[in-house]
Order: sequence, then C-alpha cells, then structure tokens
Amino acid sequence: MSSLVQSVDWLAIAPPTITAVVALAVLVADLFLPDGKKGALGWLAIGGLVLAGLSLLPLLDGDRSTFCLTSGAEACSYTADHFALVIQFLVLGGALLTALLSINSITDLKLPAGEFWFLLLSSAAGAALLPAARDLATLVIALEVASLPAFALVGLRRGDRLSSEAALKFFLSSVTATAVMLLGVSFVYAATGSLHLTQIAEGLTHVDPRLHVLAQAGVALTLVGFAFKTAAVPFHFWVPDTYVGAPLPVAAYLSVVGKAVGFSGLILVTVVAFPSYGRVWGPALAVLAALTMTAGNVAALRQRPDRTHSAVRLLAWSSVAQAGYLLVPIASAAYTADSSGGAAHAVGSTVAYALMYAAVNLGAFAVAALVARTSPANRVADYRGLSARRPLAALALAFFLLCLAGLPPGIIGLFAKVTVFSAAVDAGLGWLAVVMAVNVVIALYYYLQWTAVLFRAPEGAPAAEGAPGPVPTAAHPEGVPGAVPTSAHPEGVPAPVSAVAQEPEPAKAKIPATLTAAIGLAAVLGIALSGAPQLVLRFASGVLL
Amino acid sequence: MSHAVMQSLLAAIVVVPLLGAVAALLPAPPGLKGKSPDQAVLRHGVTVSGVILALSIALAAGFDHDHPARMQATTDVGWIPALGIRLHLGVDGVSLPLLVLTALLTFLCALYSYAHMPAGPSPKAFVALLLVLESGTLATFAVLDLVLFFLAFEMVLIPMYFLIARWGGGQKERAAWKFILYTLLGSVVMLLGLLLIGVKGGTFDMVALATDNGSKLSHTTQLLAVLAIGVGLAVKAPMWPLHSWLPDAHTAAPTAGSVLLAGVLLKMGTYGFVRIVLPVAPDGARAFAPYLAAFAVVGIVYGSLACLALARTGAGGDLKRLIAYSSVGHMGFVLLGIATLTPTGVNGALFANIAHGLITGLLFFLVGAVKDRYGTSDLDQLAGQGGAALYGRAPRLGGLLAFGAVASLGLPGLAGFWGEMLALFGAFRPADGLSRPAFLTFMAIAAVGTLLTAAYMLVVVRRVCMGERRPEPAAGSGGAPPLLAVPDVHTYEFAAWTPLVALTVLAGLWPAALLGLTDPAVQQLLRGGA
Repeated sequence: MSSLVQSVDWLAIAPPTITAVVALAVLVADLFLPDGKKGALGWLAIGGLVLAGLSLLPLLDGDRSTFCLTSGAEACSYTADHFALVIQFLVLGGALLTALLSINSITDLKLPAGEFWFLLLSSAAGAALLPAARDLATLVIALEVASLPAFALVGLRRGDRLSSEAALKFFLSSVTATAVMLLGVSFVYAATGSLHLTQIAEGLTHVDPRLHVLAQAGVALTLVGFAFKTAAVPFHFWVPDTYVGAPLPVAAYLSVVGKAVGFSGLILVTVVAFPSYGRVWGPALAVLAALTMTAGNVAALRQRPDRTHSAVRLLAWSSVAQAGYLLVPIASAAYTADSSGGAAHAVGSTVAYALMYAAVNLGAFAVAALVARTSPANRVADYRGLSARRPLAALALAFFLLCLAGLPPGIIGLFAKVTVFSAAVDAGLGWLAVVMAVNVVIALYYYLQWTAVLFRAPEGAPAAEGAPGPVPTAAHPEGVPGAVPTSAHPEGVPAPVSAVAQEPEPAKAKIPATLTAAIGLAAVLGIALSGAPQLVLRFASGVLL
Repeated sequence: MSHAVMQSLLAAIVVVPLLGAVAALLPAPPGLKGKSPDQAVLRHGVTVSGVILALSIALAAGFDHDHPARMQATTDVGWIPALGIRLHLGVDGVSLPLLVLTALLTFLCALYSYAHMPAGPSPKAFVALLLVLESGTLATFAVLDLVLFFLAFEMVLIPMYFLIARWGGGQKERAAWKFILYTLLGSVVMLLGLLLIGVKGGTFDMVALATDNGSKLSHTTQLLAVLAIGVGLAVKAPMWPLHSWLPDAHTAAPTAGSVLLAGVLLKMGTYGFVRIVLPVAPDGARAFAPYLAAFAVVGIVYGSLACLALARTGAGGDLKRLIAYSSVGHMGFVLLGIATLTPTGVNGALFANIAHGLITGLLFFLVGAVKDRYGTSDLDQLAGQGGAALYGRAPRLGGLLAFGAVASLGLPGLAGFWGEMLALFGAFRPADGLSRPAFLTFMAIAAVGTLLTAAYMLVVVRRVCMGERRPEPAAGSGGAPPLLAVPDVHTYEFAAWTPLVALTVLAGLWPAALLGLTDPAVQQLLRGGA
C-alpha cells in the first residue's frame, strides 16, 4: 500500500514553497515587531522573492516533475518544465518589482505593512504554483490562492470609498467567474473521469457521444475563469475601476502578475488539456482576442487627459488591449496544433510577449507611482513637462510607452508584436492579424500622445492649445499629497503662479531609492531586451512545453 | 582599400553619430569645455558630423567604382535568429551618393547651427537629436535587411519631431504632431508589407529577395506588399495626395530641420521604392506603376500650382511653405522616373533625388537666412508693393537666391536639369508592359509642370530679389525702419552654402560622375539580382 504515497521533489516545488513560507514568516514577524521597525518586513519579503527566484536556477534543465500518480498511467500534478520556469520567473520578477514599488507606498498611504506583505507574497505563491500545475484541481486552487489575497490587496486602503468599491467589484465578478469555471471543471471531470491535464487530453478524444455536449460545455465554461483573469472582453469591466481604486503598486501587480496567471492557466487548459477541442476554443479565443484589443484600445483612446486618474485609467485600458494581443497566439495554437511544434511555437509567442509586457508595464506603473507622489490626481495632463522636471523619469516612461506601442526605440515591443503577428499569420488567422494591425495603429495614437505630453513645455510657457488641462496641475504644490480632494477639480482654477515657480526645487530633493531601483530595473531590462531581443524571442521558436 | 577597412568604415558611419549623440548629452571633458557649455556642445556636433563626412568621403574613395552594382563594404551578422533578422549592411552605386549627401548636409547644418543656433531650449538636446537623425538616415541607406530598414526609417521620426516641436516657429507643435502621425501611420502600413514579403519570401534579406526578383512571391502577395509598402514610402516621399504634412512641417521647422527634411528625409521614401519595391516585387510594381505615375504627375502640377498661388501678390504666401510645395513637385518627377520602370527613368529619379537634396537644401538655407534678416518669411511682407530688392540690399544673398531658384526650375547646366529630363525621357519610352500612351500623356503634363515651376520661381525671384531700393519703408514690410541695413552673407553662411552651390554646378556640368555610379546598380536591380 506504500505505493499510494507520492514522492515529493522539494527542489522542484521550491519557488512557490519558499514564497509561501516567507509569507507566513512575515505574518508571524509582524506580530512581534514594534511599529517603528515594520519597514524590515518589506526587506524580508523582497529577500524571500529573490530567494525564490534563485531557486529556479537548479531547475533550469526543465525535466523535473513531482506529485505523480503511483499507479496506472503516468501523470503528474506538478511539472517544472521550461514553460513553468519562465512563467515563474515572470511572476516572481513581477512581484519583486511590485515589492520595490510598494515599500514607499506603504508608508505614504499608511497601509498595514504586515498584512500587505503577507497578501502580496501569498498571491505570488499562488501565481508561481499555477504554471507548474498539471491537474485541474491544482490549477483551480492555485488560481484562487493567487486571486483571494488580491481582493484584499485592492481593498487595503482603509476608509477609502473608492478602494473598497474597487475590491467589491473585483471580488464579485471574480467569484462569479470562478463558480462558472468550477462548473466547467466538473463537467470535464464527468466526461473524462480525470483531473490530470494529459489524461483529460486523452479522454476527450474518445468521449461517450452522449456526453459530447457536456464535454463541450465543460471546455467552454472552464475557459471563462481564465478569461476573466486575463481581463478579456466581456470580463473586463472591473479593470479600470479596480486599478484606480487599488494602491498603485497593487494595480501594477494585477496588470502583470494577475494577467500572467490568467494566460498561463489558459495556455495549460487549452493547449495541454483540450487540444482535441481546438475547433471549440480556437475560434472563441480568436474572437475574444479581437474584441478585447479593440475594446481596450477604443476605451483608452477615449480617455480625456485632464480627468482625474486618467493616467492609471489609460494604463488599465491599455492593459486590457495588451491582453488581447496575448490571446492571439493562444487562439492560433488551436489551428496549428496538428503540425509538430506549431502550438509550442504559438504559445512561445505569448510568453515572449508577456515577458516584454511585464518589464515595460511595471516600468510605466513605476513612473506613474513616482508622479503620483507629487500629483495625487495622476492625470495624463500632470505629466506635461515631466522632461523638464525629471528628465530621466520622462525618458524612461517614454521608452516604456514606446515599447508598449511597439515603436523604435522600443525595439523589443515591436518584435514582440511581430512574433504575435506572425503566429496569427502562420495559423491562417489573416483577419485577426488585420484586426491586430488596426489596433496597433489605434494604440499608437494614445501612447504617442502621452509621450508627447511628457516633452511639452511645462505649464507657464505660452501654450498654443489653450486647453484648461494643465492649469489645475499647478494647484498641487509639492509636499501636500492628498491635500486636494481628487474628485473636486473645478476646471480653470486660477493657479497660484508663485507656487509654480518654486515647485520644482523641493521636488528634486527626494525620490525614494527603491522607486528609482524599480524604474531603473525595468528600464535596464527593456533596453537589454531591445538590444538583444533574442533573449525572449527564442521562446517563440518553440522550446517550451 | 581592404574589405575589412571598408566594412569598419560603413559600420562606423552608422554607429559613430549615435555615440556622438550620447556624448553630446554628457558634460564636456576637461580639455574641450570651450567658451561656454553651449558652444562646446555645438562644436561637438560639428566635429562628429565632420568626422562622419570624412568617413563617408573615405568610403566613397575606397568604393570600387568599376563595380558599382556590387554590394560593397558588407557586414552580415545574425541578430535575432528567432525571426531571421540579420545586421546586414552594405553600399552600392544607388546608396553611396545618398550616404555622402546625408553626411554632407548634416555637417553643413551643424556648421550653420554652430554659428547660428535656432531659438529654443538647450543646444545639448539639439545636437544630440541632430546626430540621432543623421544616424537613422545613414542607416536607412546602408542596411540591407527589411526589418532594419523599417527600424532606421522610424528612427528619424522622433528626432525630427522634437526638432520641429522644440526649435521650430509658428504652429510648431501642431505641425510636428501632424508630421509624426502621418509618417507613423504610413510606416505601420509599410511594416505590414515588409512582414508579408519576409514571411512569404522566406527571408528579410534585401539582397536575397532582390536576387529572387519576386519569383517566390505570388502575384497577389506582390500586389498587397507593393500597396502596403508603397503607401508608407509615398507618405514619406511625399506623393500627392499624402503630402499635406510636408508644408506645415517645413514652415514650422528650424532651418536645419527644413534642410535635412527636404534634403535627405524625403529621399528615404524614394530610395525605398528603388531598393525594395522594384527588385523585390516586380509584378506588383508593374501593376501599380501607372497609378504611381499618375499621382506623381498630379503632384507635379499640384505643387507648381500651389506655389504659383502662394507667390501671387496678396496671397500671404510663406516662402518656406512655397519651397515645401515645390518639393512636392520635384519629388513628383522622382516618382515619375521610378514609375517608368526603365533604367533611364530610375537613373533620372536617383539623380533628381540628389539634385533636389542639394538645391532645396540650399534654398531652405537661403530662406532661413532671409527670415532671420527680415523677421518673416511672408512673401507679401517681404516684398511689399514693389519687391524686397535683395539684389540692392544684400547682393550676394540675392544672387544666391536667384541661383537656387534657377537651379530649382531646371536650368540646363545645373543639377536640377538632368534628373527631370531623364525622368521625362523614361516616361517617353516606359518599360514593356506599361501603357505607352498613358505615359506619353504623363510626360506631356509633367512637361507643363516644368513650365509652371519656371513661372513661380521667376515670380519669387522678381518679388524677393528685384524691386526699387526705396528709402521709405513700404507698407507692412515688417522689419525695422532702416530697411537698407540688411547684412549680406556672413562667413559661416558662405561656408555652409558654398559646397552646395559647387556641387550643384558640378552635377549639372558632369552628370556622368553620378550616373556612372547609379546606372550599373539600377540595371541590376531592375533585372533582378544584386
């Protein structure tokens, strides 16, 4: 009977395990640390994430799996293959950058430090577990471990109506999606009799004809849960409000790690578990991708630069649009699954794109966090003249935005888009490629507009536009964050000009080192990738999975 | 010269301006501080662009003039194996003159700006942007990979945007925005076409694709690709009706920006036609050639008519805008030459490219100088009732302006003549498969265009250069009351303009020097193979 006990390869499960253990350690340490020393918790969390990241190194061969069935067919619940490792690297790296961003936000926003770090690390642990999970139960659990702390993180700004509303919206829509997905999982289980992905794949090829509808419904419903996480249309409505309501680092985290969770789950279910149902999910995902990118881009295009939180809203909608691009290769995988390595090639394009997107989007959020310190309203109009106040931050943000747009000098953004594009073309999804091209053009407009704002002359210079936008900006003098109620910006308030003149001087004084580190790290990653795009694009040549 | 030397020369020509741009942003090293930081950085700009000019002249000297059709000084290194993109550089008879022209014009602009920095923010950024612009332009002419071509093509947009938006005048931000939107939209479409060719042709390498001569691309693919690439290039060239960004951009841009925009940036569009469209997708090119020619001819006539309208008394025409419209007309000739698909026409197009770069570059310098002296480039304010009397007030400046105008209208013996004449010759006997009657019509209309060009150029000369030296200020003549005190050409202006004048005369009197370079390469591109 000893054969029932599965052996555990601790090294293989180290990345999520270390993260989870450090999360618990932070929670316990929080009880014993005096208030003044709570800052140490952040460094403990960062250390844990770095350690978890380092624990990926011994696994680089990508041939380990554990929690395998001891009898019958060969199937494992946890596999540390190359796909899992890359996504784990993305998740842990994203969490690390988020942590760097958060250290100052916690003090600025008076967030409870212990809870924050515990929740962040727990969520990261779930997100790191998910890409390695190879059965539906583990997948669902990992998804929930990643999501549940995120709800709390979004609502962590106590006493902030926007924050609680955002958390509630996020929670309700997410829970609905999870319920639907669980229903789908149970249908699939009923039809195939297994939870292991590889066995499901096999079982779905010879489903009892009477259970055919059940299996199809199960496949479709399972996808819904992951589609929600990637914020694909029509499950995207929570995104802008949630991002605006959440503390900025949490929004950054959701936009990168939350999405990584969604699409890696989606890849696993579609490509590994349901390849034989490609004709069901392939067209569905293709349509979803087209709708998502279009909805995201059109909404981002319609953001008025002088609206409160328009910068975060713009990033939120742009992240919806980017999710659309991420879905394109997954949809293509349905059409190329028959050819050898076709699906792996397509999935690799998504992974390459996601890596680019993670670095660049976190960088953009980091600069947004920097600007939010001086202008809490965080409107796009507040970025006017950033190049004069903080040239390096402006250059970095411009670079990130151009990467997102896919324009040189953001070379990596361009090539990531090209790989996604070629995945669609290879799959014969010409129409999707055209939709994507149109969307890239739409997106160019708002990314460029924002980039151009960065380099406009600061307000005070004779502005030909005569827009009322820049004027109220001056009403946020340095050092009074939150003094201006964010919702009340009567346009055209006469600005105290003397305050404007003195403003930049104290602004120069202090940028938190961690924030600088986060921006610098993202910028270095982006530039390195632009110089040597092969670093991520090699995944697109089909070495994963 | 050995291959390795040539190789490193070409690589240096592309890379050194970029390094120079970075260096311009850093503080000057101890020995090179100069009188002030501004002076030091402007001098740095002159030095770097001077070095590039020297390198490009060395490259031209080392170029094997007996085999201009062969790619020389080639470098071919893998860059992104996943997408099959290689760092492939090389020059042949088509690209070499453009490289030298770019290096020359940038150097002259840097020299001119050294003595006469346009009003605006710090010169540091100006010099850095100028050098990035130079690098991008040179790279466009030197790369032999479709994706690299696109990257280089895009690389010039951002510096040009800032040059217009920060150092320009008038409606500068609007003009810069229009410029970047038009060209970006165009180049995104072009990227789609380039990708299509890359995917269907199996490689992004221009030389390999040119050798295939479209044999691996189906007719539909070629049509789609030529349409997509053509739109992107036509925006840049610019071809009527996609030209409307150009007059605004030119009117707003500072002198150096205008010179480079007209002198070299527009050439990137026409160069793309010759280098990519003609050899890579010959069927597509043949299908679209009549349309291209028709649009080109409309552009010629439209540009000339617009100029005539601007040159009228009371029209309030801006001289810079007028020269911008004249560029539309001149580039129409270039496009017409390309559309004939004959060696004669394409050679004419390439010649007209260079000639237009020299002459229009000179004209923008001159108009910039006039604008600096009078404070306006509005023709009515300049000329008043009778004329601005530049001959009388600043005889050398007036003479140069008249020279530029005459060269621009295509006087035989100057550079402007040969290109347009060859383009018309090409249209007289277009390539097989093209409708001869149609092209004869185009030729006739284009010939009328040359007459119109002559008409407006002479009107401009009459209104700006001639006129009575009346002592009393004419109504609304804009300047300070002592109108007679217009400084004549300064030394630095002479330094910046003399090379252009000399080359205009040289190219006019000895066209074989240039045609000998381009002709074998063009023959080979049209035949297929590289």
